[in-house]
Amino acid sequence: MRLDKEQSKEYLAEIRKDMPKTKHVRTMVRAFLTGGIICCIGQGIGDAIKAIFPSMQEDEVGGFVTMMMILLTAILTGIGVYDKIGAFGGAGSIVPITGFANSIVSPAIEHKREGIVLGLCANMFSIAGPVIVFGISASVLVGIIYCFI
Amino acid sequence: MDMFLTYLIVFAIGGGICMVGQVIINLTKLTSARILLIFLLLGVLLEAIGVFGYMKDFAKAGVTIPIMGFGSNLAKGAIEGARESGLFGAITGGVKAAAAGLTGAIFIGFVVSLISKPHSKS
Amino acid sequence: MVRTVFFDRDVAITQTSSIAGPKEGEGPLKKYYDYILKDDIIGQKSHEHAEIMMQLQCIKQLLNKAHLSQNDVDCVFGGDLLDEIIGCNFAMRELEIPFIGLYNACATFGEALILGAIMIHSDYMSKVITTTTSHYATAERQYRFPLELGSQRTPLSQWTVTGAGCSLLTKKEEVGVKVTSGTIGKVVDYGVSDANDMGAVMAPAALNTIVSHLSDTGRDETYYDLIVTGDLGHGGSRLLQILAKKEGLNLGKNYSDCGILIFNREGQDVGQGGSGACCSNLVFNAYLYKMLSQGTLKKILFVPTGALLSKVSSLQGETIPAIAHAVAIEVV
Repeated sequence: MRLDKEQSKEYLAEIRKDMPKTKHVRTMVRAFLTGGIICCIGQGIGDAIKAIFPSMQEDEVGGFVTMMMILLTAILTGIGVYDKIGAFGGAGSIVPITGFANSIVSPAIEHKREGIVLGLCANMFSIAGPVIVFGISASVLVGIIYCFI
Repeated sequence: MDMFLTYLIVFAIGGGICMVGQVIINLTKLTSARILLIFLLLGVLLEAIGVFGYMKDFAKAGVTIPIMGFGSNLAKGAIEGARESGLFGAITGGVKAAAAGLTGAIFIGFVVSLISKPHSKS
Repeated sequence: MVRTVFFDRDVAITQTSSIAGPKEGEGPLKKYYDYILKDDIIGQKSHEHAEIMMQLQCIKQLLNKAHLSQNDVDCVFGGDLLDEIIGCNFAMRELEIPFIGLYNACATFGEALILGAIMIHSDYMSKVITTTTSHYATAERQYRFPLELGSQRTPLSQWTVTGAGCSLLTKKEEVGVKVTSGTIGKVVDYGVSDANDMGAVMAPAALNTIVSHLSDTGRDETYYDLIVTGDLGHGGSRLLQILAKKEGLNLGKNYSDCGILIFNREGQDVGQGGSGACCSNLVFNAYLYKMLSQGTLKKILFVPTGALLSKVSSLQGETIPAIAHAVAIEVV
C-alpha cells in the first residue's frame, strides 16, 4: 500500500510538527569549543616545529603539522576515542583535517575483517573519496583557468 | 601577550568555522562526507580568488587546520604550477602542494588500521 | 479480505530462551534475560561472528531448557538483519535441524511466529523454533556509518538491540500460552525518506495491521491486556496513538512498545529507544512470555514492526516502506 503524493505530503507535514527539536545552541557551542581546541593544537604543533627547526620553510611546517594532526587522529580513532569526541563536538570534529583523517581510518578498521586488499584498502576512501576526487578536480580546474588569464 | 592573542584568534576563527559547519548540519542533516566537501571546495574557491592568503596571515591555524586549508593548498599549488610551467603545472601542481596531507592520510591511515580493531560501543 | 489466520487453541509456546547484549543487560528488563553477555564480541573474530555465535547458543540454550535434542525439532524459522541473513544461515550450519530463512527486517519475529503456528496448527510439524537476532555493531555498519567515525546521533535515531531470542512452538491442547491468531502485514509506504525517523516510517504499517486484526477478529482494542508494537520508539509510539485516534481507536494504557520497554531512556542514551530484529523478540521471549505464564497478562497483541530499507534503496532516493505482523497470544 502506498500513499499518493498529496496524502504523503500531508503525513510528512504532520510528523514534522511533532519532531524533537535539534538543540541548536548546545550543538553550536560544542562545535565551537571542539573546533577551536583542535585548531589551537594545530597551531601549537606548528609553533613547536618552528621553535625546534627555526630554518624550516613555512610550507614545510604546514605539511608537518598536517601529518602530525593526521597521526594524532589516526591513533585516537584506532583506540576508539575519536568517535566520542565526534559525538560531543559534531562539526567541530568533522570540519578540521582531523575529521578527514578519521573518515579514512574508521571505515578501514571496520572492513579489516574482509581482508587487507579488498576490505581495508578498498574501503579506506568510502567516505573521504569524494573529498579527494572533488579537491583534485577543482584544483586542476583552477590551474587551467589561471593558465589563460 | 602576543602569543596569547594569536591563540585566541586561532581558537575563535577555527571554532567559528566549525560552528558554521554545525549550523549546516543542524539545518540540512548532511552527513560528514558532504560537510567535508563543502568546506574543501570553499577553501579552493577562496584561494582561487586570492582571499585565503590574507585569512591565513590573520588567523593562521584557525583557517589552515579546517579542511579549507587542504583545499587552499590544492588550489595554490595548481595556480603556482600554471604560472611556472603552464598547463602541465596546472594539472600537477595541486597534488604536489597537497602531497603531505594526502600521503600522510593514506600511509598513516593504512598503518594504524592494520594494527587496530573496532571497539564495542555502548 | 480477511488477513487473519486463526489457530484455535492448539499452538502453544512452551519454552523461550534469550541472550541479551551488555547494554540491554543494564536495562529495565535485566532480571528477565536468561543470559547476559559481558561484551559484544564474545571472543570472536568479528561482530558478525559474534552475532552468529549468539544465535547458535540461544537455540542450544532453548533445547537444553526444553530437554529436547536436535532431532525432536521439525524446523527452525528465523532471520536477522545481516545481508543475505548470514546470522541465521551460518548458525544453522552447526545444527542438524531443517531451516527456513526469513526476512522482514525487524518484523521477522512476527513473521516467524505466524508461519510456525500455521505449520503446527495444520499438523505438518509438531515442534518448531522461531528465532531472530540483531547486533548493534553489525547493523550500525551495514545501515549507517563505521563504528569509529566521529558522528553525532540525531535526536530521532534509535539503538539497535544486541541479542538473540527463540520460542519453542508445540502442539498442545491443555491450558497454556497459545498463539491464537495472526494477522499478516501489508507493505505500507507513507513517503518518509529519513532513514533516522523509523518511528514515522513504521507507525502507519503498525496501525494498518492492528486495524485489520481488530476488524477480522471482531474485537475492540480493550479486548487485550496489552497491545505491544515492535520498535517504534518513543516518537513513533506517540505518532501511532495520534494516527489511531483518527481511526477511532484508543491506544491508551494498554498500549506499549518494545523499543520503549527494553531501555531506560534517561540513563542509557538510546535516542528514541531500541530497534532491530531482536528488540521485539527479546522483550517477548524474556519479559512478556514470563508475564503470560505467571498470569500477570492474559491476552496480548504482539505487533513486531519492520522498516524495509536497504543502503542501496536509500541512496537511490527511494522512500522507506514498512511492514507489521500482529500475533495474538493468549493464556487459554
